[in-house]
Amino acid sequence: MTVPRFGHGSRVPGWDDAVDLTKDPATLPDPATTPVPADLRAEIERHMAKYPDRRSAAIPALAAAQRVHGWCSPEAVEQVACVMRLTPAYLLAVASFYDMLDTRPVGHRRVYVCTNISCSLCGGRELLGRLQAELADDPDVQVRGFECLGACDIAPMASIDGVYVGPIEDGEVAELARQVRDGEEPLPDKQLLRRPSADPHANTREWTPQSFAPPAKLERATPSNDPVPPEPSSFGAPMEGDAAGPSAPIEQAPNPEDDA
Amino acid sequence: MKHLIFKDIDEPGLNTIDVYRRRGGYGDRLRQALSMPREALVHELEASGLRGRGGAGFSMGKKASFLPKGAMDKYLVCNADESEPGTFKDREIMQKCPHMLIEGMIIAAYAAGANRSFIYIRGEYVEQADILDAALVEAYDAGLLGDNILGTDHSLSLVVHRGAGAYICGEETGLLDSLEGKRGNPRLKPPFPANQGLYQGPTLINNVETLATIPHIVEMGAEEYAKLGAEGSTGTKLVSVSGNVQRPGNYEIELGTSSRDIIYGLAGGPPEGREIKLWFPGGSSSPVLTKDDLDLPYDFNTMAKAGSMLGSGAIIVVDDSNSVVDVCLWLAEFYRHESCGKCTPCREGTNWTVKMLERIQTGLATPMDLDIMASVCENIIGNCLCVLGDAMAMPVGSMIQKFRPEFEEHIEAARARNAFTGDEDAPELALIQGAVA
Ligand SMILES: Cc1cc2nc3c(=O)[nH]c(=O)nc-3n(C[C@H](O)[C@H](O)[C@H](O)COP(=O)(O)O)c2cc1C
Ligand code: SF4
Ligand code: FES
Repeated sequence: MTVPRFGHGSRVPGWDDAVDLTKDPATLPDPATTPVPADLRAEIERHMAKYPDRRSAAIPALAAAQRVHGWCSPEAVEQVACVMRLTPAYLLAVASFYDMLDTRPVGHRRVYVCTNISCSLCGGRELLGRLQAELADDPDVQVRGFECLGACDIAPMASIDGVYVGPIEDGEVAELARQVRDGEEPLPDKQLLRRPSADPHANTREWTPQSFAPPAKLERATPSNDPVPPEPSSFGAPMEGDAAGPSAPIEQAPNPEDDA
Repeated sequence: MKHLIFKDIDEPGLNTIDVYRRRGGYGDRLRQALSMPREALVHELEASGLRGRGGAGFSMGKKASFLPKGAMDKYLVCNADESEPGTFKDREIMQKCPHMLIEGMIIAAYAAGANRSFIYIRGEYVEQADILDAALVEAYDAGLLGDNILGTDHSLSLVVHRGAGAYICGEETGLLDSLEGKRGNPRLKPPFPANQGLYQGPTLINNVETLATIPHIVEMGAEEYAKLGAEGSTGTKLVSVSGNVQRPGNYEIELGTSSRDIIYGLAGGPPEGREIKLWFPGGSSSPVLTKDDLDLPYDFNTMAKAGSMLGSGAIIVVDDSNSVVDVCLWLAEFYRHESCGKCTPCREGTNWTVKMLERIQTGLATPMDLDIMASVCENIIGNCLCVLGDAMAMPVGSMIQKFRPEFEEHIEAARARNAFTGDEDAPELALIQGAVA
């Protein structure tokens, strides 16, 4: 099983695309002609308020737009650009750098299968191949290989819209695929949050295995199969209400377009 | 074995402030730290011998002392990007005991004179970031964050910033650029972050585990803490053991414990009937060691003397059922993918290393390729902005050096298997031309 690559041999998309030189560069979108969903605007503004420089909110804002649009579509980027008063080119440059921001249309349900060393030693690449085969016919689901997800103790593992599960045994792949397809909790017994520490000397007291249920406070948005996002995403639930922490005064970064 | 971080790690509800308080959190030790003069606290941290747990192993106290004094905006950034293959210790801390990290940050920020702090957590850690967010709200509500913490004149704001999937954002200056909302390209150093970091202000950057250890140092006193561990590597360390072992997981050990005790004693060793072929002592970026090195004590200085490094404390064990060429290729592919592309030796060198390894796999290589590969690696080391390139070159170089006969055997076997005939349509040819999806 090999990890898919783009035609030019890299796993990074887009290096093949030529720039359209006949097009004028996009400028700051005009708020009057760029409708932004109110929720999205509010969320981006909340993110901007957390930082001394509003540009720091670029990743959270793009993640929020991806949650709404399913991927960082031109429309999504335009909306972020409109709220953040940054050019679409700036934001696209940011979006294309990060693996979790998709600059191509893909299924909005994201399944990342780790194919790094520890997982590959335990069959991670075979797992990726089998999950891809099982879910190939579902256009809403994107199954892709990912670098080390920081859960090598449960190798081979996968992240289903941000929920870590593993070790996934051969006999469980079909079941997992069905759960992903139906939007159910993936392999509840194999979720990372339920796993006690491996260190035999770690605890001074005995805790029962039941204690490892996910903390009660954590409420996960349940995935749905509704073809229209907003969706639970690999970035978690949208940020609501007041941000933790003080709202910093927005000191504007030097940006010539601002004063225009 | 002494446990500090993992003492009660599985206690139900330890992620909430109430249980954390019951276990001594946010208590006298915090009050005591905030009542000390800054210089005394920095001195205490330095005296504890605590070395950074993120990879470089630099003295935490010394780094804090580099920040200039004065009234400018200073920042504390917690590096929770944890993308080094094999590493998953910070995840367990943040998920099970987020308040330990927050308490450590309050103290570290006080020592550094920082009033704003950020936790840069990798975007893949959704569940952990949600837990941190919840803990943050609790800490703000309890007056442990915000203005005038515990009635002192120390104020601190804390924001959890989620990344979006890029290993290079673990490199401290790449992290800062990413946190400023840019592509995560590392910066030229100097200036170092301690002088000019986030938003051009003096910035202290530390790993999650480093910061989470600080409350324990304050509680025990630097002198007691320094008695734990080994010469030059004080204290306890979380070790993430993974790969071909029977009980993978995080273990808290005193530095200086024998590697065999960790790999065999704690993690159960490789599956029945197999032997260790090689192991990475500090994440995939560390040069590999073999089964001859198993009796070395696991600490910073010994690992460095053995030609490798302790790095992030992630042990990846590879047993004799695996081919070293496969491991080498997986490793090189990772660095090729994660190279940010800013420096030519790293961007091109990682790419060509992968291509040469693919040639070896497909039977197109000759033993000369091994020498070319070694020279590519040599030309990466020391010639780049950050050490990501070196982080590929060093383990690849060490594998070629230690397992050269196996590479050569593999080259010969693959050549014989494929008996490449010069056929223009051969699939192997397509592969090296990068045309196979
Ligand atoms: C390519 C690269 C990736 C890194 N990734 C991480 C990481 O994921 N987490 C981390 O704590 N440090 C990482 N580091 C090390 C940091 O640059 C920095 O040394 C560390 O955060 C300092 O904290 P410490 O002194 O507490 O170890 C990385 C370094 C490099 C060169
Ligand atoms: S060494 Fe590699 S990852 Fe580091 S800055 Fe240069 S190109 Fe980027
Ligand atoms: S190697 Fe798969 S999670 Fe680390």
